Amino acid sequence: MQPRFSSVQQVREGLRDVNYLADEGIAGVVYLADRLGKPVLVEGPAGTGKTQLAKSVADLTGARLIRLQCYEGLDESKALYEWNYKKQLLRIQADKNSDSWSEVHDDIFSEEFLLTRPLLEAISATEPVVLLIDEVDRVEVETEALLLEILSEYQVSIPELGTIQAKQIPLVFLTSNNTRELSEALKRRCLFLHVDYPALDREKEIVLTKVEGITEHLADQVARIVRSIRQLDLKKAPSVSETLDWARTLMLLNIDSIDEKVAKDTLHVLLKYQSDISRAAKELSVDPV
Amino acid sequence: MLDLLAGFVQELRNAGLPVSLTENLDAMEAVQHIPLDDRDAFKYALAATMVKNSSHWKSFETVFEVYFSLRGPEYSISGESEDELEKMWREMQDQLQQGDGRGASGGMDSLTPEEIAQMLLQALMNGDQALMRALAKQAVQRFAGMEPGRPVGGTYYLYRTLRNLDLDGMLAKLMDTSRQEVGGELTPLEERLEKDEYEHRIEQFKKEIEAEIRRRLVADRGAEAMAKTLRKPLPEDVEFMHASRDEMQALKKSLYPLTRKLAARLARKRRHGRKGPLDFRNTVRHSLSYGGTPAEPKFKSPRPSKPELMVIADISGSVAAFARFTLMLVYAIQNQFSKVRSFVFIDGIDEVTGFFRGTEDITEAIHRVNTEADVVWVDGHSDYGHAFEVFWDKYGKDITPKTTVLFLGDARNNYHASQSWVVKEVSKKARQVYWLNPEPKSYWNTGDSIVGEYGNFTDGTYECRNLRQLEAFVEKLV
Repeated sequence: MQPRFSSVQQVREGLRDVNYLADEGIAGVVYLADRLGKPVLVEGPAGTGKTQLAKSVADLTGARLIRLQCYEGLDESKALYEWNYKKQLLRIQADKNSDSWSEVHDDIFSEEFLLTRPLLEAISATEPVVLLIDEVDRVEVETEALLLEILSEYQVSIPELGTIQAKQIPLVFLTSNNTRELSEALKRRCLFLHVDYPALDREKEIVLTKVEGITEHLADQVARIVRSIRQLDLKKAPSVSETLDWARTLMLLNIDSIDEKVAKDTLHVLLKYQSDISRAAKELSVDPV
Repeated sequence: MLDLLAGFVQELRNAGLPVSLTENLDAMEAVQHIPLDDRDAFKYALAATMVKNSSHWKSFETVFEVYFSLRGPEYSISGESEDELEKMWREMQDQLQQGDGRGASGGMDSLTPEEIAQMLLQALMNGDQALMRALAKQAVQRFAGMEPGRPVGGTYYLYRTLRNLDLDGMLAKLMDTSRQEVGGELTPLEERLEKDEYEHRIEQFKKEIEAEIRRRLVADRGAEAMAKTLRKPLPEDVEFMHASRDEMQALKKSLYPLTRKLAARLARKRRHGRKGPLDFRNTVRHSLSYGGTPAEPKFKSPRPSKPELMVIADISGSVAAFARFTLMLVYAIQNQFSKVRSFVFIDGIDEVTGFFRGTEDITEAIHRVNTEADVVWVDGHSDYGHAFEVFWDKYGKDITPKTTVLFLGDARNNYHASQSWVVKEVSKKARQVYWLNPEPKSYWNTGDSIVGEYGNFTDGTYECRNLRQLEAFVEKLV
């Protein structure tokens, strides 16, 4: 199989072209995932671009993105495959007289009656795909086991049909908000990538690329203030997406330089808890030296 | 290379990171795809394959620095990089000469400490990474006084170096300079931002110095010996009673996700727990559709037993940190209890439930507990006996058969009367009584510790030295 990328640098530049600013670590892990044919488990605080990474990689490689949103109670029939029960019934009734039982029996368990769900779809696709398993920490520990076969062997076993092998090895991304510890078995099969809040320069660059028409000066100010706020002891630190929202808000308000008053008035875009807002407002206005 | 990696993996395991055999093999395969001279890529390749928990990242980084610090051209202690340094230094001089006409000649070694300080100020001002690194090297060489084979830790050298650099003074100077640049006063907001920026840079510089010292030590003593001295427990294994300030910070950080995880797990357990007893009425009602045959038994959903919780915590110096963490944890999952009341004592006792009521901010509440609670009766040394007596008099009547009582403390009573009858009476009235002790079990009942005497009357006495044990206990409690 042909590797998709030739170097880490290429991954990085490619992602930049689709407006995703990856740092060294992110690009490196994506590159390795391709080379080793292993899934990537992306973990980190909410709103740091974990899901966006998968989307951007799909964009970059021109692959189709197949997304499986995880939630509590997700099961086989929604993640892997399901037999099209109604169609099977119709098939049986349609030629009640003609076929012998064994023929019908074999017939109704063929691929024609199989409803593919995201995981099976990713495996059986002939064109290149990127599989995104979003918020994998939301499923129960037992359901996690569903994923193991597909993640390590890239195959799905269906009792009535046999094993379906992947026609091509998809790039797989799993994201997790770390609300619970994932099982060792799952972690072992994946490359691990921790995406944290970006460093000052990167955040500034992100603001510059994502918010149209923002001035360098304002972007710099935004990034700096956000960094200061993140250092405080808050219930929920502002995420990258909230930084972007804030920058957009400032643009809409036609503000080209942030002073204290503006910062205070618009903090609620950045922070979502009243106690956080009041604390940040206090910290930003108090003379520290 | 293979030997080096094997030693590296061994050290990771020693540091407590679970690296399995397959992960090890993955790492070996991964590094083959990475150009070996790219140090960062190499590091990320190893991390992605072997570190599967973000809180282990720091431990990994330390071990990595130790094992691979001497590799890579820019990290050699002496050699070609010196030339580059010289060049930089000369450029710097040129700038200085243009600036105030002051000329200095000669190489880096002939600098006076004042000149170094001046250069450092410049470097920090402009955020010049390369110069900062060069200066860190120079500073360590000059100030740390490192000698091969000297049996002192890296912190000693770090202290010596930093003492000579006066970084706090540097911060003030930086702030002054930027004030002058603007020409006048900065607004508080700008001031704050500038300060954060400079603090960040100084922090970076400190890291450079630390790295430099580590490199020299590794060169002197070898990687294995170094790794051993630098080995630190993972956040969840740090002992409450002996945590350093940095470790406390790390603990605090890991407490929040931990409580969230715990709450999610408990809620889930409750939802998927066993069914309640047979619901006779409902079963008969449904049997009507089967012609009177009770074909579909119906069950009552179990009433969630939400215990009342009373936490009685010793907050004297030695165990304060432990009490703080336990209170934080308990309040973070307080929706699992029908009511939580908390009391703190040293030799007097005070109820602090009110501090937690109506505030979202647990940290703030804990802070108020520490500053406002009236817990000193005579001398501010632990007196469990008196505190318990007062507790029984004032609040004993509030204990009901639904109450679970939790005592926190090391039971070091300073040889006062134990008044253990209070615990006995409490355990008679309450549903359950537990005692959590942050001391290692081998210290119990030595010296003035009388945990055994109280423990006789409780339903269980638990050693609770680190977050892992605390989490396990709280889960059991609910």
